[in-house]
Amino acid sequence: MKEATAATKTAKDSKSSPKQNLEVDQAQVTVGNRFCENPKMSMRDVNVFYGDKQAIYDVSVDIAKNEVIAMIGPSGCGKSTFLRSLNRMNDTVDGCKVEGEVLLDGDNIYHKNLDVVELRARVGMVFQKPNPFPKSIFENIAYGPKIHGLADSRVDLDEIVEGSLKKAGLWEEVKERLHQPGTGLSGGQQQRLCIARAIAVSPEVILMDEPCSALDPIATARIEELIEELSQNFTIAIVTHSMQQAARVSNRTAYFHLGKLVEVNPTEQVFTMPEHQLTEAYITGRFG
Amino acid sequence: MSNSMDNLQKIKNSLKRRSRSETRFRLYGRVAIAIGLAAVLALFVDIVSKGHGAFKATYIQVDVHYDADLLGITSLADESQLMQANWDALTKSALRNKFSEVSGRRDKRQLYKLLSNGTGFDLKEHLVVNPLLLGETESKWLLADDDIDTYYKSWLEGEPYDARLSKKQVEWIDQLHQQGHIRLQLNTNLLTRGDSREPEQAGIYGAVMGSLLTLMLTLMLSFPIGVAAAIYLEEFASKNRFTDFIEVNINNLAAVPSIIFGLLGLAVFINFFHVPRSVPIVGGLVLTLMTLPTIIITSRAAIKSVPPSIREAALGMGASRYQVVLHHVLPLALPGMLTGAIIGMAQALGETAPLLMIGMVAFIVDIPQGFTDPATVLPVQIFLWADSPERAFIEKTSAAIMVLLSFLLIMNISAVWLRKRLERRW
Amino acid sequence: MDSSNLFLLMLALGAVAFYIGRGRSLAVATPLGGIRHLHSLPNYYGLNALLWCALPSLIILVLWLIFDEPVINGIVMGSLPADLAPLTTADYNLLLNKISNLADGIMSSKGQPASLIAVADSMAGLRVISQWVLTALCLILATIGLYWGWYKIAPDFRARQSVEKVMENLLLGCACLAIFTTVGIVFSVLFESIQFFRSVPFFDFVFGLDWSPQTAIREDQVGSSGSFGAVPLFVGTLLISAVAMFVAVPIGLMSAIYLAEYSSKSVRTYAKPALEVLAGVPTVVYGFFAALTVAPFLRDLGADFGLTISSESALAAGLVMGVMIIPFISSLADDVITAVPQAMRDGSLAMGATHSETVRRVVIPAALPGIVAGVMLAISRAIGETMIVVMAAGLAAKLTANPLESVTTVTVQIVTLLTGDQEFDSPKTLAAFALGLMLFTVTLLLNIFALHIVKKYREQYE
Repeated sequence: MKEATAATKTAKDSKSSPKQNLEVDQAQVTVGNRFCENPKMSMRDVNVFYGDKQAIYDVSVDIAKNEVIAMIGPSGCGKSTFLRSLNRMNDTVDGCKVEGEVLLDGDNIYHKNLDVVELRARVGMVFQKPNPFPKSIFENIAYGPKIHGLADSRVDLDEIVEGSLKKAGLWEEVKERLHQPGTGLSGGQQQRLCIARAIAVSPEVILMDEPCSALDPIATARIEELIEELSQNFTIAIVTHSMQQAARVSNRTAYFHLGKLVEVNPTEQVFTMPEHQLTEAYITGRFG
Repeated sequence: MSNSMDNLQKIKNSLKRRSRSETRFRLYGRVAIAIGLAAVLALFVDIVSKGHGAFKATYIQVDVHYDADLLGITSLADESQLMQANWDALTKSALRNKFSEVSGRRDKRQLYKLLSNGTGFDLKEHLVVNPLLLGETESKWLLADDDIDTYYKSWLEGEPYDARLSKKQVEWIDQLHQQGHIRLQLNTNLLTRGDSREPEQAGIYGAVMGSLLTLMLTLMLSFPIGVAAAIYLEEFASKNRFTDFIEVNINNLAAVPSIIFGLLGLAVFINFFHVPRSVPIVGGLVLTLMTLPTIIITSRAAIKSVPPSIREAALGMGASRYQVVLHHVLPLALPGMLTGAIIGMAQALGETAPLLMIGMVAFIVDIPQGFTDPATVLPVQIFLWADSPERAFIEKTSAAIMVLLSFLLIMNISAVWLRKRLERRW
Repeated sequence: MDSSNLFLLMLALGAVAFYIGRGRSLAVATPLGGIRHLHSLPNYYGLNALLWCALPSLIILVLWLIFDEPVINGIVMGSLPADLAPLTTADYNLLLNKISNLADGIMSSKGQPASLIAVADSMAGLRVISQWVLTALCLILATIGLYWGWYKIAPDFRARQSVEKVMENLLLGCACLAIFTTVGIVFSVLFESIQFFRSVPFFDFVFGLDWSPQTAIREDQVGSSGSFGAVPLFVGTLLISAVAMFVAVPIGLMSAIYLAEYSSKSVRTYAKPALEVLAGVPTVVYGFFAALTVAPFLRDLGADFGLTISSESALAAGLVMGVMIIPFISSLADDVITAVPQAMRDGSLAMGATHSETVRRVVIPAALPGIVAGVMLAISRAIGETMIVVMAAGLAAKLTANPLESVTTVTVQIVTLLTGDQEFDSPKTLAAFALGLMLFTVTLLLNIFALHIVKKYREQYE
C-alpha cells in the first residue's frame, strides 16, 4: 500500500476535456468509503467556524483503529483545522466554534463533562515545526508522564523515557546525552523527540500536522519509516501537503477542498482512480 | 511499557487534583490583580479624602469699621502711610465689638487668635480698591486661623479636634455657629498664594510657577539634545564599539537612582560652576540630565518605526542623508518623539530627591518670575509641608498632591491622545 | 556689554552672515546661468557663513561665562593684603561673598575697612575689563568668521558638505553628552569620596558597625567624634528592599501571568493601565501615604495584637515601596511571558497539561531569565529609592533584621547629610558622596548584569 507510486501525477492524464467548473458546490456529497465498523474516532456533521468565517463544512468520516489516514488538499482547505478539532486544540483559538459530534470510542469529546486533559492524553499531537521544550531531552519526554502521574518511581520514569525514545527510533542517538537540552538536536531529531514525547503518555491516537514539512528528505524518510512502525500500535491521522508522502504512508486518504470533505478512499485508489473530479483535478496538478 | 488501560486509570485519578490546582492558580492571579488595584484605590481615596476639604476654609463674619484714626492714616494715596498703618487694629476692634463681654488680656489674646493674622493685610487690599469705605463700617467674612479651621471642620464631621483650642474659644465658636456667623467658604489661597508659615494662607502658586520654569528649561534643553543624539545614533553612527559604549551608557543612566543626579548637580554645577543654588536654572540642568536618557530612548524608537522604504525612496532621488532625515524621517517620527517628551516631562515633574540636594528646599515666599529667582518645585513643596507639625498642613499637603496628580494625569492623557491621533499605520 | 545682549548680538550677526552669504552665492551664480551651477543650494552657503560667524564666538562666550568668575575670584583672593587673609574655608567664602557684594554695589561701603574697599574696587575693575575683552573678542571672531564664510563662496565650494560636517559633529556632541554625564557622575562622586577616605579609612567605612556622623564644628565641642561605619545603613537598605520585594514579586508576577495567560481582552485593556498608574505616581506621594497613613495604621494594628511596631518601621516603608515596584515587575514579566512562543504552549497543551501546568512548568521556566533580570532591575530601583524612605523610615542607624523596628538607609543618610548647613569639605558632607559611590556602584552592577541577561535571553528566541 505504500509503494512509491511515482505515477500519481500521470495517472489520469489531463485529457483535453473542457475546463470543468470546479465549484465547491460540486462537492455536495462526499464520495468513497468514509465509514467503517468500530471506528476509533468518528465525526458526524462537523462544522468549524472562526468567528463568522466557516472553515469546515459538514464533515462526516470515521477513522479505524490502527489505521493511518492521510488528509490532503490545497492550502487553506481546512485540513489543519480539521485535525485540531480532533483533540480540541481549537479551543485555544479565540472565537473558534465547533458544531457536530466528534466521538472517541463512542464518547463525544465536545461533551461538557469530558475533561479535555484526559482527551489530549489519549489523542496526542505532533506539530509542523518541532517544538521541544527548553529542557533536557529526558525532561522533555518525562514531562507528560510526570504531570499525569504515570510513573510511580524514578525507575518507572526512566523506563518510560527509554521506551519512548526507542519507539521513536532516537534512543541510540541520544542515550549518552539525555540531560542535554532538547533544543540542541538537529531538526529531524527534534521532531522524533516530539514524537517520543507524544508517545510517552501512551495515547491511542496520534495526530500529525505536516510533521515533515520543516525537515530535509533524509529526516523525512526516517519519520515516514517511524510512522509505519507506530501504526502497529497507534491510530494515526496525518495531514500532509505532499501527495507522495500520503501515498507512501497511509492506508486511506481523505481529500479536502475549501473546507469540504470531497473524497475518502483507500490510498491507492485515490491516487490511481479518484472517484471525484475535484480529487482528480488536484492530484493531476490542475490546482493546489 | 505499562498497559494503556492502566495509564488511563492513573490519568483519570489525577484529574480532580489537577483541576483543583488549576482553580487555585487562577485564584492567585485574580487576588494579585485585586490587591494591585486595591492599592491604587486606597491611595487615591486616602489622598482625596484628606485633601478635598482644603478648597474650603472657615470664615467668620464680623463688622469692620474702617476707622481712619485707629489706622493712623489720612490719605489712601500715600504709600508710606499705608505701609505703616496698624491694620491688625481693625480686626481686633471688630472682634472686640463682636464679643463685647470679653475682658482681660489673656482672654482678649485668645479672642484675637480666632482670625488669621493675614486678615489685616487683606483688609488693606480691600480698602485700597474701595477707598470710599474709609470711615464706614461693613460686614465682612474674614479668614479664620488654621486651628479654628481644623477644629470647625472636624467638629462638622462629628469628631471634634480641640486639642489646640482653649475652652473659651470653643464656646465662642459655638456661639458663632448658633448665630450663623461662621461658615465654610470656597477659598482659593491654596492655588493663588505662595508658601507661608501660616497654614491657612499657604498656597502652592509659588511652587507651581517654580515647577513650570524648571520644566520649561528642562524641555528646552533635553528635547533638542535628546532628539539630536537619537538622530545621530540611529542614522549616522556606524556600528562600532564607541557607539555601543554610548548606548550602554544611555541605558545605564536611565536606571541610575535619581539621588545620584542630585549629587552630580551639587558637585559639578553648584560647586564647580558656581551656579546659584535653589534657582530653576540648576534644577533644570539636573532634570535635563535625568530626562535625557528617556527622551533618547523614546526618540530612537520613534525613528526606528519609520519604514526604511521611505528613506530609500528619498535617497534614490539624490537627497543627502541629512536631507532625508530632516525632510522625511524627522516629520514622521515627530509624534512619537513628542509623546516621549511629554512622558519624560511628566516624570521630571514628580522628581523630588535630586532637587533636595541642590537646594530647592528653602522656604520661598515670593512667586518666582524668572529663571534666576529662588524657587521651589511642587513635589518639594509637598515634602516640606508633609514635615510640618500643624494638622492643617495635612489637608493642604493632600490637596497639593491632588493638584500634582491632576497635572500628571493631564500630561499622560495628552500623550496617549497625541499618540492615538498621530499614529500612522504603515 | 551685558552677556545676554552680547548673545543676542552674536545671533543677529549670524543672521546677517546668512543673508550676506546667500546673497553672494546668488550673485556668483547668476552670470553662470543660474543656481544649478553652484555645488549646493544658496541656503547652504548662507548657513556656512552663519556657522563660521556665530559658532566660534558663541563657544568663546559660553566658555568665558563659565570660567570668568572662578578666575577673577582666584586672582582677587590670591592677592589679598595680609590683614584680610581668611583663616578657614568658611571665612574664605564669607569674605569672598562680602567682596563680591561690595563690588556689585549691593552692600554699602560705609564703615568698611579701606583695604577691603580697595580689594572690592579691584574686583569690580577686573569684571569690567573682562566684559570688554569678551565683547571685543566675540566681535573680532564674528567678523573674521563672517569674512571667511563670505570669502569661501565659489561655485565649486562644497557648502553643503561643510555645513553637514558641522551638523554631524554637533549631533555627535549631543550623543556624547550621555558619556559626559556618566563621566561627570563617576568623577564627582569619586573625587569627593577619595577626599573622604583620607579622613575615614575605607575599611572602617565599609565594614564599620557604628554610624553616628557627628563631627566637631568647633575644636572644643564635646561628644563630637564621628564614626562612619556604614554597615547599619547597608543592612537597613537591604531590609526595606527585602520587604518591598516580598510584596512586589509575588503580586507583580502573578498579575502578569494572569493578565497574559488567562484574562479576557476587556479585563486586560482596563487592568493593565490601572496597574501602570502605580508607576506614574511620584514617590513623594508614596512617602506621604506611607508616613501619614500606613505607618500609623500598622502601629495601631500592632498595638491591637500586642506587638510594638515603630511609627517609622521598615515594614511601613517597605510595604509602600513594594506597591510602587509592582508595575515594574508586572510589565517586565508580561513582556517576557508574551514573548514565549505559542508553539511551546501548544506542545504542552496538546499533551494534556492543564493551563496552569503549562504556565508553571513550561512558560515560566522559559521566561525565567527575563523575569530574573526584571527582579534585579526592581531591586536596583528599591535600593536607590529616596523619598519614600526619607519620609517614612527613621534617621537612627540600627543594625537589625526586624522589620517592625525603625531603620535608616543609605539614601536617607545622603539626604540628611547634605540638606543641613555644613560647608562642603567637612567629613559629614563627604560621607554623603562616599555613600553615593557605594550606591552608584551597586546599582550599576545590578543594571549591567540584568541588561546582559535580557540581551542574552532575547537572542535565544530570535
